[in-house]
Amino acid sequence: MSQGSQLIQDNFRDNRLPHIWCPGCGHGIITRAIAQAIDNLNLDKDKVCVVSGIGCSSRATGYLNFNTLHTTHGRALAFATGIKLARPELKVIVITGDGDATAIGGNHLIHSARRNIDITTVLFNNKIYGMTGGQSSPATPYHEKGTTSPYGTIDPDFDICKLAIGAGATYVARSTAYHVPQLTKHIQKAIAHKGFSLVEAISGCPTYYGRKNKKGDAVDLMHFYKDYALDVKMAEKVDPEKREGKFLIGEFANEERAEYVDEYMKIVERLRQEGSQDE
Amino acid sequence: MAERVIKLMQGNEACVEGAIAAGMRFYAGYPITPSTEIAELCAEKLPALGGKFIQMEDEIAGMAATIGGSLAGLKAMTATSGPGFSLKQENIGYAAMTQIPCVVVDVMRAGPSTGLPTSPSQGDVMQAKWGTHGDHPTIALCPASVREAYDLTIRCFNLAEKYRTPVFLMMDEVIGHLRERVEVPNPDEYEVFDRLKPLPNEKNYKAYEVRKGEIVPRMAAFGDGYAFHVTGLVYDEYGFPKTDTDVAEKLIEHLMNKVADNDEDIITYEEYEMEDAEFFIIAYGGVARAAKEAVKECRKRGMKVGLFRPITLWPFPEKRVHELTMNRKKVLVAEMNLGQYVIPVHRVKMPDCKVFQYGKVNGEAITPEEIITKIKEAY
Amino acid sequence: MAKVKTKKMVKTIPEWCKACGICVAFCPVKILKLENDKIVVTDQEKCTNCMLCEMRCPDYAIYLEEQE
Repeated sequence: MSQGSQLIQDNFRDNRLPHIWCPGCGHGIITRAIAQAIDNLNLDKDKVCVVSGIGCSSRATGYLNFNTLHTTHGRALAFATGIKLARPELKVIVITGDGDATAIGGNHLIHSARRNIDITTVLFNNKIYGMTGGQSSPATPYHEKGTTSPYGTIDPDFDICKLAIGAGATYVARSTAYHVPQLTKHIQKAIAHKGFSLVEAISGCPTYYGRKNKKGDAVDLMHFYKDYALDVKMAEKVDPEKREGKFLIGEFANEERAEYVDEYMKIVERLRQEGSQDE
Repeated sequence: MAERVIKLMQGNEACVEGAIAAGMRFYAGYPITPSTEIAELCAEKLPALGGKFIQMEDEIAGMAATIGGSLAGLKAMTATSGPGFSLKQENIGYAAMTQIPCVVVDVMRAGPSTGLPTSPSQGDVMQAKWGTHGDHPTIALCPASVREAYDLTIRCFNLAEKYRTPVFLMMDEVIGHLRERVEVPNPDEYEVFDRLKPLPNEKNYKAYEVRKGEIVPRMAAFGDGYAFHVTGLVYDEYGFPKTDTDVAEKLIEHLMNKVADNDEDIITYEEYEMEDAEFFIIAYGGVARAAKEAVKECRKRGMKVGLFRPITLWPFPEKRVHELTMNRKKVLVAEMNLGQYVIPVHRVKMPDCKVFQYGKVNGEAITPEEIITKIKEAY
Repeated sequence: MAKVKTKKMVKTIPEWCKACGICVAFCPVKILKLENDKIVVTDQEKCTNCMLCEMRCPDYAIYLEEQE
């Protein structure tokens, strides 16, 4: 007997719930936002393919009721590239984490963006390695703690959106597990966008990030994201000291550029026509 | 039998032609000497066939994209050499675990590390078997001629599709870069096997259930209308992660046994002048050509020498090697490494058969004269 | 005549609730409570169908549904 709201029944393998994420972890909220975006776009479910790497974020593919692939650490985008190129009519969505995408998977992130291949990447950024027990990641804010940076990390963190834009991504946005309507809208636009899109979804990790850095529990983290996020459109209008300590959310890039698989298929078509002329 | 096309072909080229003949329509890889001609030819030929080619950012990505291509329904291949083969190991293990068919061509060059990039070797044969972590099945074939590179690539795809596992073509650089006259077989001369699919719009498709009388689960492709799950975690018959000990044991045993129980179908070898041979050589790939010359030479001098050439390196042809060492007192294993394939020979040979080993790692191919010298010493 | 907006009921799935407290904290009309680590709706009438609980629940353990 299936359970849950209509959205859950239509898009999740509800028989596999409750999921494994800790109480108050933002990952469940973000995964539901993805389902909501897919539902809003009423995509053909048979053509939706969700690919994930390894880590807390990447268990999401087990719960989503589509063509789902749970790959190796950092490599989701490379697997997804193969799927998209082999079968362009598939709508390919990658779910990855901050460590999965920007540490071990960094090379595949920048090259997928450079190619502008039509893949939507939703990066669950909980600013720590959760699955392995709270180590700091390339997204752990400077001087903040993880089990492998007990004295405060001296590893500067990436601005993931700037990294993706610099590499060539053509739709880039950031939101948080608190800003669910905006997050859903960004994911929906990213899926609809033709080209490489990345949505960085800041997710609260009360178990490790919150505890290790004394940022409180799940509700505290939600309040933090509510109070310290500033929409990039508003940022110019707000006077500087009001911007102090805030992080930017919203849309950072939204442009059109030649899409990789389209360009490949143009070559196939050209050769086909040349071929038919020779006969 | 229709007239065959005669072509002067390089080993790497024959590998691509064979792959295309087998229905390969997806290549993802990364340039590395001495395999790059394979990528270049795929880049040139696949688009015209409506196939897909992509050069990825590294070999790890190349292997991942190849698996993705296969999961999306295409016969998929990648090619590399030692350093890239090392980088691909984790994802090779993933393909073995998730039972996704694909072909990995390793054009072996002198190692370790950067080694001698343009020089031949056979130093990756153990890596093919033990390169990735954990217990997993391994099927590896090894051509000793350009024609065989063509035929064995087709066979690699057939075995990959039939047993739903990655299959390696371990081609040393001698064969990879050798150009030879090749009679290209006509399509009706070889079988092409395709993966077994579930029935159209089957309800409650169990992605990893082995049905009665079948060897491997039926494989749907992403986009065929089955919302199934694939994971590298131990999984149940539906493909979902499970930590139960019996599920883990049953899965790993299935992965191993689907190959082990079918070794008769998978293992092939060639025997040359073995009937009355008292002394025989075990050699494969490029070295087998020199060994055959050495056998001819020794036969002229009345020495009863023969050659056993494994064409399937893995699974190891245990039964046959065991039989051959029953009434033959001496065997010489010659390979372009310091003794790798000789290890299982020691394991399966009869106690009173003495094993001699000749290894060469200086970047040059083993010559017939070197083998003849070794035979004389040991005969 | 505009479709009468039938009022939805707040439904909960205690087995899925992990007592994270997010819905309780953000319900504008404060009708949610945790009782021995499970979510409970104290007063359906006051619910304004704002959907915040369903949207914010990490475990999908609370949602709004049309009444049959």
